[in-house]
Amino acid sequence: MHILITILQRLAYAALLLIAVLVLNFSMMNLAPGDVADTIAASMGGADAELMAQIRAEYGLDQPFLVQLVAYITRVMSFDLGYSYFYNAPVTELIFERLPATLLLVVVAQFLALVLGVLLGVFSARHPNGIANYFVTLFALFGYAAPVFWTGILLLIAFSLKIPLFPVAGMSDVTVEGNFFVEALDVAHHMVLPVITLGSIFLALYSRLSRASMLEVLGSDYVRTAKAKGLSQREVTLKHALKNALPPVVTLAGLQFSAVISGAVLVETVFSWPGLGQLALTSILARDTPTILGILFFSALVVIIGNLLTDLVLRAIDPRVRGRA
Amino acid sequence: MKEPLLKIENLRIELALRGGQTPVIDDLSLELNAGETLSFVGESGCGKSMTALAIMGLLPEGVGSVASGRILFDGRDMARMNDTELRAIRGNEISMIFQEPMTSLNPVYTVGEQIAEVLRRHKGMNKAQAWSRATELLDAVRIPNAKSRVGDYPHQMSGGQRQRVMIAIALACSPKILIADEPTTALDVTVQAQIFDLLRDLGRETGTAIILITHDMGAVAEMADRMVVMYAGRKAEDGPVRTVIDHPRHPYTKGLISCVPHLLAELTEARPDLTEVPGIVPSLASFGDDACLFASRCDMADEQCRTSRPPEVGFGGQNSACWKANQL
Amino acid sequence: MMNDIPPKARSPFSEAFEMFRRNHAAVIGLVMLTFIIGIAIFGPMIYPGDPFEMVWIPFTPPGQEGYLMGTDYLGRDLLSMLIHGAKVSLTVGISAAIVTVTIGITVGALAGFYRGWVEEVLMRLTEFFQVLPTLLFSMVIVALFGATLPMITLAIGLVSWPAVARITRAEFMRIRELEYVTAARAGGVKNARLIFSVILPNALPPIIVQAALMVGSAILFEAGLSFLGLTDPNVASWGQIIGSNREYILDASYTVTVPGVAIFVTVLAISLVGDGLNDALNPKLRQR
Repeated sequence: MHILITILQRLAYAALLLIAVLVLNFSMMNLAPGDVADTIAASMGGADAELMAQIRAEYGLDQPFLVQLVAYITRVMSFDLGYSYFYNAPVTELIFERLPATLLLVVVAQFLALVLGVLLGVFSARHPNGIANYFVTLFALFGYAAPVFWTGILLLIAFSLKIPLFPVAGMSDVTVEGNFFVEALDVAHHMVLPVITLGSIFLALYSRLSRASMLEVLGSDYVRTAKAKGLSQREVTLKHALKNALPPVVTLAGLQFSAVISGAVLVETVFSWPGLGQLALTSILARDTPTILGILFFSALVVIIGNLLTDLVLRAIDPRVRGRA
Repeated sequence: MKEPLLKIENLRIELALRGGQTPVIDDLSLELNAGETLSFVGESGCGKSMTALAIMGLLPEGVGSVASGRILFDGRDMARMNDTELRAIRGNEISMIFQEPMTSLNPVYTVGEQIAEVLRRHKGMNKAQAWSRATELLDAVRIPNAKSRVGDYPHQMSGGQRQRVMIAIALACSPKILIADEPTTALDVTVQAQIFDLLRDLGRETGTAIILITHDMGAVAEMADRMVVMYAGRKAEDGPVRTVIDHPRHPYTKGLISCVPHLLAELTEARPDLTEVPGIVPSLASFGDDACLFASRCDMADEQCRTSRPPEVGFGGQNSACWKANQL
Repeated sequence: MMNDIPPKARSPFSEAFEMFRRNHAAVIGLVMLTFIIGIAIFGPMIYPGDPFEMVWIPFTPPGQEGYLMGTDYLGRDLLSMLIHGAKVSLTVGISAAIVTVTIGITVGALAGFYRGWVEEVLMRLTEFFQVLPTLLFSMVIVALFGATLPMITLAIGLVSWPAVARITRAEFMRIRELEYVTAARAGGVKNARLIFSVILPNALPPIIVQAALMVGSAILFEAGLSFLGLTDPNVASWGQIIGSNREYILDASYTVTVPGVAIFVTVLAISLVGDGLNDALNPKLRQR
């Protein structure tokens, strides 16, 4: 019961955050010089003042700011994100067309980075003089310092162009047809390089933190107690130590969702991955306000949901968190 | 004369420090008999905890090691055992509780689980059996409402209660020896007395031998049968508690006892002034020297004390490592 | 014999400096960083020329025709672009870090010191900015308000400050309860002075470390933006070189790999220095 109340509280708070995001973004878009009418006029090859006024009235741009704002928020609540005159399609449609691709990339990259990171961290904490330890240290340094798009390009050059192991671009091969399994395999094949690229930064972060966390936990009093009880090495490391070493890493992973999305935008550009990133870039350059707002909204949504999930996982692992609100 | 339960012979423990291998325990020999309570006494840094950790095989990995000597338990030399053999003994035949109850329990598991896992591991009980036995044990260590508390987490308990849980864990498998390393130092004074009473009563009920490591001479006088006084990694004196307190045969012991006024008041009519033992413990670097390490603080010290290490001399059941032992 | 006389006390600065000096990786990082800063400042003087001038045939490989790094797709001298790019990266990196730290410390200090509703409001604000997708938001700002270096700096600073705010707040909350602060308060020291002269100096170490790392992440951020094309077209930026030459990696991969190495080395140097600072200034580690 208690947990349901907490979830509801969180969701309510999340909704408020989202509205705040909408307000901020909407205001920002309207603050900027120039608007939709300018873009349309430009694409038409110029328009006079009367035509501009007409366009503005049609799009409701001549209304006072607050009216526009409230109208927009109301529409969003009924799942109407507006219409993109640039793409000539409802924004919701545009986004949902591309959201799965981005989600796939983001979720797989985060998940793999987390799992591998923890494994590496635990292993190198147990074997402080082993190769794994060196790897973690080195990789942590390089993984962070290399710009993600550069890593992607390097991987492309190496494993797609020079050694044609993986496809150069896209999410799937149109020529591949067959049952679900075959198509899934094809997507997976296309996904390898982008996921490695995106995940590498976070793998560096998570492995380094989980190693540090594990080392600290292994030196703690309760681990000493566990050893004094005569428990096996495995029980001490995996049962007693690991559960205590995980919370900081999980917390960090939760905080990284925003960064993961940012990275995804760049990775999608490099690999021509058909996700929200590409849509974002083109619509930003085209000043396609509704689409931009929609994408910002959805990204914030993904981050908030990510935070919520992380919170739930933390509660499951650490009983001390449950006592607090 | 029955064989002692635990026999430490010429134990030497070294720490790998910056200056090289440094002895932290040097040529220590002592015995523990079944069912008796033996107390290790001494200032911080004299090596009491190290000895306990060495017995359990829990010296810090890569840093501490047993350089020479034997630790005989039931005829087997524990210092030569491998990890698997030691793990069969730890928590099962020899248990240990530590100084900091606030951090010695795992925060993410219930206290019941932490007791039950020892039972499952060493006694082969299944989950249900182990859990109900855990509840019984919580009751035995005098935690009220054991049945509802067995599912609590450590952070829901006070320091005194957590230490009781530690005792429950330690005694779960009816060990032959319980090592208590300063079990009350981190607790309130009132709780301290309760914990000592609990240990004493349980020790008597179960017949478990207890090694009580402490610097609280009052607790020693009340609880222990025999005591070992340690100084700078060496044994200064050992013997039955009453005898040693009545008639200490080492200047350090004398100083220790005179620092605790009520001890003397109990035993004698005289009320001398509180004395202090001037000086400080020698640094780790000099622990291996061939000299009496207490000489710099001793008003009876002479040239012999400063240049050669005193051997152990026996006085009935009491032993002392002092050149001037028979003058005391 | 008293052979445990404690060594002569040293000031915290010299202790920290000593620890830093002993950390080889950090020193190497510092050397690298100095080198890069040197290139940024003196490069254009030693190797003059307009980076945007088309000097030779496009895609001349490095080392040929006297062009150390070859030419890009428009026939521009890559080395010249790299040198000018150093200045851009470092300028944006440091300025953005300053913006970030300024906003972050202000918010964090006020929240950590005043507690109560001030803290609530400021923390909600911080959370809000943490939820915003950083790159996307900056992209929008730059696209809307102009792709000039100052605007890019501002955009980066606006999305990066929450991390600094959190650390500052945590430090303020911790130090506020320490005895010397209570003593100062009891002595009648005013709030403003407490914040600036008493608490802030002691809260600095982790903030300094974070600030150092912020420079690195700001450089990466700017590189990302310019890679996507959202940068001042009159300025040569490393990210932009990679972005504009992206389609030609099959023929001339060096045009994308080399600028990337430049970014990588710079950020690596900063990370090493930052780590060194962390070890030197972090009291927990000092007890080893």
